[in-house]
Amino acid sequence: MTDTLPPASAPEEERPEVPAEETFFQRFMRELTSGSILVTILSVVLALFIGALLIAASDPDVQDRASYFFSRPGDTLEAAWSAVSNAYSALFTGSIIDINEYTVGRALRPLAETATNAAPLIAAGLGVALAFRAGLFNIGAEGQIILGAILAGYVGFGMHLPTGLHLIVGVLAGIVGGAIWGGIVGLLKARTGAHEVIVTIMLNYVARFLIAYLLTTSAFQRPGASNPVSPIVDENAQLTRFFSDSRLHLGFVLVILAAFGVWWLLERSTMGFEFRAVGANPNAARTAGMSVSRTYIWVMLLAGGLAGLAGVMQVLGTERYLTAGISAGIGFDAITVALLGRASPWGTVAAGLLFGALRAGGVPMQASTGTPIDIIVVIQSLIVLFIAAPPLVRAIFRVPVRSAGQPVAGLQRGWGA
Amino acid sequence: MSAQTVVAPPTPTGQDLAVRPSWKAPIAFAVLALVALITFGILGESGQTSTFGISTSSDAWQIDPLALSSQPVALGLSLVCVVIAAYSAWLVRQGQSVPVWLTVLFAIAFVLAFLVWAVAGEQISFTSLLQGALALSVPLVFGALSGVLCERAGVINIAIEGQLLAGAFLSAVVATLTGSLYVGLLAAIVAGLLVAFVLAVFAIKYIVNQIIVGVVLNVLVLGVTNFLYGQLLAPEASTWNSPGTLPRVEIPLLSEIPVIGPVVFEQTIIVYAMYVTVILVQIALFRTRWGLRVRSVGEHPKAADTLGIKVNTVRFRNVLLGGAVAGLGGAFFTLGNVGAFSREMSAGQGFIALAAMIFGRWSPLGALGAALLFGFANNLQSVLGIIGTPIPSEFMLMLPYILTIFAVAGLVGRVRAPAADGEPYVKS
Repeated sequence: MTDTLPPASAPEEERPEVPAEETFFQRFMRELTSGSILVTILSVVLALFIGALLIAASDPDVQDRASYFFSRPGDTLEAAWSAVSNAYSALFTGSIIDINEYTVGRALRPLAETATNAAPLIAAGLGVALAFRAGLFNIGAEGQIILGAILAGYVGFGMHLPTGLHLIVGVLAGIVGGAIWGGIVGLLKARTGAHEVIVTIMLNYVARFLIAYLLTTSAFQRPGASNPVSPIVDENAQLTRFFSDSRLHLGFVLVILAAFGVWWLLERSTMGFEFRAVGANPNAARTAGMSVSRTYIWVMLLAGGLAGLAGVMQVLGTERYLTAGISAGIGFDAITVALLGRASPWGTVAAGLLFGALRAGGVPMQASTGTPIDIIVVIQSLIVLFIAAPPLVRAIFRVPVRSAGQPVAGLQRGWGA
Repeated sequence: MSAQTVVAPPTPTGQDLAVRPSWKAPIAFAVLALVALITFGILGESGQTSTFGISTSSDAWQIDPLALSSQPVALGLSLVCVVIAAYSAWLVRQGQSVPVWLTVLFAIAFVLAFLVWAVAGEQISFTSLLQGALALSVPLVFGALSGVLCERAGVINIAIEGQLLAGAFLSAVVATLTGSLYVGLLAAIVAGLLVAFVLAVFAIKYIVNQIIVGVVLNVLVLGVTNFLYGQLLAPEASTWNSPGTLPRVEIPLLSEIPVIGPVVFEQTIIVYAMYVTVILVQIALFRTRWGLRVRSVGEHPKAADTLGIKVNTVRFRNVLLGGAVAGLGGAFFTLGNVGAFSREMSAGQGFIALAAMIFGRWSPLGALGAALLFGFANNLQSVLGIIGTPIPSEFMLMLPYILTIFAVAGLVGRVRAPAADGEPYVKS
């Protein structure tokens, strides 16, 4: 029955701090919060390497030269190297620093673009991470972002309020929109036991069709426009941009504040303690007198609100008008961001910055080298896949198992529970 | 002390297994019947006719299109709904539960009433409505079957979407490269297997959370197929992406039956494979020793292990089997329908398949029924979109998802997943 056992787990005495009755979920949380940095870095390296293989293999120049690979293998390798290095250096100059520019401001513009892309990713990622900590899988950030964007956008272009107030109302409306969409999930989970994964996936689609419908109505469609786009939001409701030649806006500050808020909530508040207790063991939390149902509702309200904030940034900051694609896949990237950040607030910020950089660099990479931007998605998903299975990464890089060699596992519940 | 607890927490509501029949169905029926009576019947435009084409031009027997006087017929059909609602209320009152056939009957009457109302003053072809519905259902059925095979053995398969997409992609590429559509079909199966293999390795060997692996795999397949599409398939479609479509095979005699013939028996080999797969999986799962083992692994792996069943081996095999089935379904997008691969071709059908599986209560026949229903709703939306109806098409498109939310929330009958679904089995 050796094939049924998990791979090489460390001897018991090497990790005495781990109690024998540790549940899957506790182990999951421990791995998420205390997993080795080394595995994270190696995962990124491995993902970039596989991405490089894909770029090289699909490059037309490489394919041409591969036809005479055995007579002159150097040609193929040279072409492969130039394809990969061009793509990755374009990725770098597009996301961090452009050394070909002469002024500091323009050279650092890619960095600002990275932060612009990272802000909504971090906000939505925080929502997913918060739900993770309470033992809930929030796959629904996409729908929550859309609802947040709908409400924030409507306040932005449909209402006309004084400076200051308009922005505040818009931001709050977006947060409320996301919170409603998340709250439905929490409520259904608490009252009927409907599994949040299914409900969130379904609500994503409902939100997508809802925004598609709204953009055909007279209240939302831009007057005179034939395509489904909304009017541009009022100047008063726009998140202020910091620099004249960059889209970086006030939202980035808001998201750092939100990260601090989530950190405080989880680590310093009673409510956050209840969230973590329910996440660690709902039965024990119930026995200790906590209301598990109420926790589920609150967690999903807050998680939805954070995703709604991401929608606010998209519509009031980056894009400034509503389209059907306003969520831009941020909600799905948010899941990987939260996983990569190991469900901790500051980890999520770091992961969001990394993914923001990949998003920001992907556009100029596609423009200058013709490498499809979708390679970014491949790299991102590979990173998360590898991080989720440390034993695999250790085996590939022959890293000896020193401490907790346990694989990530967690939230081991059925659909119905 | 050492006993590891992997017991799932009880449902928060602690709902008892209902012995008394639930009033939910009669109440839902009554509300819907009232809606039908008022909107479709009483408020329907009078003096209009709804015309339904029955025959296609190639049929042996031509049947004249059915022209119905819209308002009276819709009124009659909604009255049927009212009667069914009353009967179900009487049944529950008598302490009996509402049988499935009554629900089906209600649904048919309601949908027909809706159709007659929506088509008022227009004409649609009934046969092509059903043909389109079946075409949209095929990937859903395969996907839902994949879900059933995995989840009955206790592994959650969120990666259906990725398996469908991988099948669609590889079948198109391989069929173009080899010039053989049937090799393309095999490639679709291989693609589904590959995705399933990664799922199985991560979920079963490395005990990574199954939902995480599934979600990430979907994104990964999407990224890889989009990347290769942009890099190879789009610039050089003739070398990589022009497989063509499978021929339709008419079954002699059966295809001559009006309405049913052209819909069911004039299809590609993929659709016939679907009929066979549904029946095979249904029988295998519930009538064979293999099926009993699979279900025991999904319900109570520890007990199964005690009896000498290799839990993780069974699971591994079932995940692979499910992947193969979903991969074949993916080939329908390309080889069975469009004849070329395009970006994000599966377009969320894998998630609707997941919904169909849940709505069909984790049984192959139920999944088939739910998939057909979802396909019908989807096609109805596009048909009605052409003739123009009072209901925005987006709301029709939402229907499968909202129905699924209702299903998992227990508002339309309780659905129950296999008990050990999603729990990795670690021998202690």
